[in-house]
This record gives sequence, structure tokens and C-alpha cells, in this order.
Amino acid sequence: MTEAREIENKGYGKEGLSISFEPEIISFCCNWCGYSTAELPSAKKEQHPSNIGMIKVMCSGRVEPEFIFEALKNGADGVLIIGCHLGDCQYESGNYKTRRKILLLKKLLSQFGINPKRVRLEYCSAEERQNFALVIKDFIEEIKKMGPNPLNEDGRK
Amino acid sequence: MAEKLKIGAYWAASCGGCDVALLDINEKILDVVDAADIVFWPIAMDVKYSDLINMHDDYIDITFFNGGIRSSENERFAKILRKKSKLLVAFGSCACNGGIIGLANLASRKELFEIIYIDNETTPNPAKVVPQTKSAFGDETLTLPEIYDRVRSLAQVVDVDYFVPGCPPSTERIEEVLNAFISGKLPSKGTVFAFEKSLCDECPREKKDKKITKIHRVHEIIDNGECFLDQGIICMGPVTRGGCGAECIKANMPCTGCYGPLSDVKDQGAAMLSAIASVISAEGERQLSEEEEKEIMEAIKDCIGIFYKYSLPSSIFGGKVKSLTEGKGGKHGEKR
Repeated sequence: MTEAREIENKGYGKEGLSISFEPEIISFCCNWCGYSTAELPSAKKEQHPSNIGMIKVMCSGRVEPEFIFEALKNGADGVLIIGCHLGDCQYESGNYKTRRKILLLKKLLSQFGINPKRVRLEYCSAEERQNFALVIKDFIEEIKKMGPNPLNEDGRK
Repeated sequence: MAEKLKIGAYWAASCGGCDVALLDINEKILDVVDAADIVFWPIAMDVKYSDLINMHDDYIDITFFNGGIRSSENERFAKILRKKSKLLVAFGSCACNGGIIGLANLASRKELFEIIYIDNETTPNPAKVVPQTKSAFGDETLTLPEIYDRVRSLAQVVDVDYFVPGCPPSTERIEEVLNAFISGKLPSKGTVFAFEKSLCDECPREKKDKKITKIHRVHEIIDNGECFLDQGIICMGPVTRGGCGAECIKANMPCTGCYGPLSDVKDQGAAMLSAIASVISAEGERQLSEEEEKEIMEAIKDCIGIFYKYSLPSSIFGGKVKSLTEGKGGKHGEKR
């Protein structure tokens, strides 16, 4: 195997070489906002990037910290949680709870030695398709800069 | 007369408290020695490792193994005892979930040696000597067990039949195990000798609608006898198994989680994180702002030390990720 090929397979390159790392992202989407948005048809027939794997939950408040830890442990490079705008939760305060969970979870992640920016909470409504696409794009870019999940350096196929 | 049952007990990386707890059953110990012989118990009897190694397989009926797996010696005897015993019991928090010594997983062996043997101001060590597995003196070579980079629980090393959590396990639960064993009515494999419900279920304190705007440490408030979480003190009760008799609570101290996670929870700390996030909230309909929430959480200085006090090795990450990948990478821009 050539060196270039090897680097491409591993997903990261030595300094100076162009990086072809494609992050794998797990996204927990609230049924009432993120997931509905993702299903909306696009006028330009745009597709969402294939980096992202979406999991539907009934409310962002359903996302247990354990889910996020499991995702990172199993090699996800980033975890994105999509909840409704504050005040718009179908269940009154689910997204507020999520915000507090993520705040504390980021504290814990830094102590574990994992960059807390690998986890991001974003708010959106069911109509904001464009905004949603921008959020995904931005997050993928950020994770690309960060590099692969340190728990997954050897595990990436 | 039928042959007597045989009991063994061993300590790996532990403090010795679990062995003392075995004796805390008081006069019940007389029933135990009536029904069984204690054939191996290094802390209490004059036995040699060679005695154990010379036993035939499955010689011991039940072995109570306490302590985590920290060194090559711990691992070796875990494996030997597994072979020599029909039933192996993980006894105490360290054997069940890794225990307090498992917090060493926040640093690598190298870092720990540096802190203990080199950087410690009260340990003069100009030659910077750290423990070696082999050292030669003339013609002789002395050996020491190898300290591992990571602490593991017993079940992460060998197959375990029963779990008796607790730091140390409560007398009632120990009696339960011994009674089950002596009477031959043992539960199914993998049973945890504790309750399926959380500690809150047996907690005598009055619980109200939990809404806290400040997190306190125990010495900062005057206890009013209500639920600790209601008073803003972190109590691991909601995410910890009951079965201990709420002894800490009865002594006016919050639960620190020694009975380990509930059966449907994999990661005790993650569950506690969720519980704390749920109770931080303003009175009435108002929602706290993000800044206010940050300020409240600022009071939790050592998240891992509090949430994973007894369960870090068996948690999802198992320890600090940085030391997991040490020596392998560090070139990919991850901020460490």
C-alpha cells in the first residue's frame, strides 16, 4: 500500500499533506424540530452530508449523557444534539434540561481529556432547513479541524 | 458426616476493610465455621501461595475476592482463584466496579510514579528511582509485580459468579450471601447482592419538589433533615443501588455511591450528571439563564471524583482518555 493510500485509509495525514479526514457524526434530533427539518424537501434537491447519522428522539431532553458517552466511546468524532428553540419545547422544559445536561457534560468531558467541542447542542425549528444545513456544515468543518476522536485512532477502518 | 464446605478469601488492590467486614458478622461467623472450613485467607491465616497453587481445580467452594486489579500479582491470583474455586464472588466496591483505587485511572502509571516517587517534596529521591519489575544485585535478581497502567474490576479480568458491592458491604448483605451459600439456595449467576431500587427508596429523609439554585458542600449549610439534594448537597442516592441500610444518611452524610450503578444503568456518573442537571432550576415558572446555570455548576469542582468515586474503571470511558492513547498519537491537533 502506498503511503498516500495508507494515510487516506487512516483518515488523517502528516503535517503538510492535505487532510482527507471525513468525520463521522452522530446526531440526536428532536422529532418536532431537527428530524422534521431533515425530512423537509429541498427546492434545490440538496442532500445532507453523509457524515451525519441521525437518530430520532421524541425530545432533546430524552438524550441521556450515557448515549453521548457511548457514541464517543464507539468512535463518533462528534455528537450533535438538535433541540427546539428555548421556550418552544413540546414538553415545556425538555430543552432547558438538555442545556443544563450538556453544560455539565462538557465539564466532565474536559476532565476525561476529550475536547468538549466534540459535543454541540443547537436549537432549530421545523421550518429552518437552511439553518439546519448550515449548522451541520459548520460542525463538520470544526470537527475536521480537530481531527479524529482520540478513542478511535486505531479503530477507524 | 458429609465433607465440610470450603471457603476462601483474598485481597487484591484493596485497603483491608472488606476483610474486616467479613468478620463484622459477629457470632454468625460461628455458624459459618460450623458449616465450612476456611482454607485460604491471607490476611487472617498463615497460608502460603504455594498451598493455593497446589490445590486441585474447583477445590474451594466459594471465594470472596476483594480489591481491584492493579498489578500483575493481582491478576495472577484472580486467575488462579478462578480456577481453584467453584464460585467466585466480587466482594466490595473495588472488586465489583473498580472502587476508589480506580480513580488512579485519571493518570497513567508514569504520571503516578512521577508524583509519588519523584515530585513529592517529602520523598527525597535524587537518583529518581521508581519501582522496577527486576533489579540485579550482584548475582541475584529481585523481582516485583508489575503495576499496570489501568485499574480494572475483577469482572474485567475473570468470570465472576456473584457481586457483593459496598465500601465495605453491609453486614446484612454478607449474611444473605453466607446463608444462601450454606443452605445451598444460591440465586442465578450474576446476581448482585443489593436492592434493585435506588438508595432513595430506603432513605428516611423527607423528599420535596427538587429545585436548587446553589450547590453546597456538607460543611456549608445547617442540615434541616430534608433530602440532601433538596438542600443543594450532591447525594448519589438516586443513581445508586440500595441495600446498605442508608447508613451514611443516618449518620447525616450524603451518599457517595459505593453500592454502584442500578442494574439498568451502565455509567453511574452519566446518570448522576443527568440527575443533577434536572434538579438545577429556579423557583416557579422562571427558567435560569445559561450564565446562571454555569455559575451554579461552577461549584462542582471535581466531577469525576464525585460522580465516579467508586466506578471509574467500569464506566464507559474507564478513565482519562488522554492516558488511554498515550504514546500512540498526539499529532492530530486534539487539545490535551
